[in-house]
Amino acid sequence: MATMHRYDRNKNCISAVEQERLAQARVCVIGCGGLGGYNIEMLARVGVGHISAIDGDVFDASNLNRQLYSDMDVIGQGKADVAARRVHAFNPDITITPIKAFVSEENGRALLENHDIIVDSLDNIETRKTVAKLCHQLHIPFVYGAIAGWYGQVSTIMPGDQTLEKLYRSKAKSGAEKKLGNPSFTPALIASMQVAEVVKILTQKGDILQNKVLFIDTLDHEYWVQPLLK
Amino acid sequence: MNITVKFFATLRDGRGKVQVLEVEEPTTTRDIISHFNIPEEDVAILLINGRDGDLDRPLNNEDVLSIFPPVGGG
Repeated sequence: MATMHRYDRNKNCISAVEQERLAQARVCVIGCGGLGGYNIEMLARVGVGHISAIDGDVFDASNLNRQLYSDMDVIGQGKADVAARRVHAFNPDITITPIKAFVSEENGRALLENHDIIVDSLDNIETRKTVAKLCHQLHIPFVYGAIAGWYGQVSTIMPGDQTLEKLYRSKAKSGAEKKLGNPSFTPALIASMQVAEVVKILTQKGDILQNKVLFIDTLDHEYWVQPLLK
Repeated sequence: MNITVKFFATLRDGRGKVQVLEVEEPTTTRDIISHFNIPEEDVAILLINGRDGDLDRPLNNEDVLSIFPPVGGG
């Protein structure tokens, strides 16, 4: 019964053909923390059929303010494994593959290949640059998202786009999040926009954030899409 | 000449959202960020009149700079 009615509320946004496309899709989420937990949750709930969840880290108490899959019982447990268990609990039809690893130049190609889309849920700029380069080499779209305190940004980077170079012109390895930390609401907000991008790419509908960046400033209520023109 | 500088996120601390500067020609973006004591490393996105900008390009009267700090958390 659950399976039969699972996607009833998707129907008016996502047609049966599009729902099947989501079911066939292979999406890789790099990072299972703040952005990652929400990204995995929403990708699985909307019906993406194959999800790889990559994170080499374990949950600790400082994750509890925002990371969806953290709770008192999983402190010390691997984030990727916990994410897989949580997805399995609400949708056993999804193939979720937990990978306990940190993505690097050395292992990245093997981890990322054979996916349709890579979803950024990383917590540092350096690895984002590595992943963006690998996505370009492997011809895989990269749905970028990053947060710091009240602020967040989202973009969809297609192979060949020079988007990250425009978003990180300096050599800084980390950003304003070092000063501001991350509260509960920004990861959920940015992940929502990322998952909408994934669904639109997979179903080839709507307007995606290619060569554009969505800026979100929840402190001063400023939200806009900035074209990244040369 | 007049240059409008828009600050975003943490760069607003102590600087506000926008300032208009009167400067002598030639002035570059690097001169402007130095005037506001912004380390180059903190300039992640730089837009000049809404387009991807360059620290070394001489600015023109009425140019609008938008400066964003790096956002890298997840």
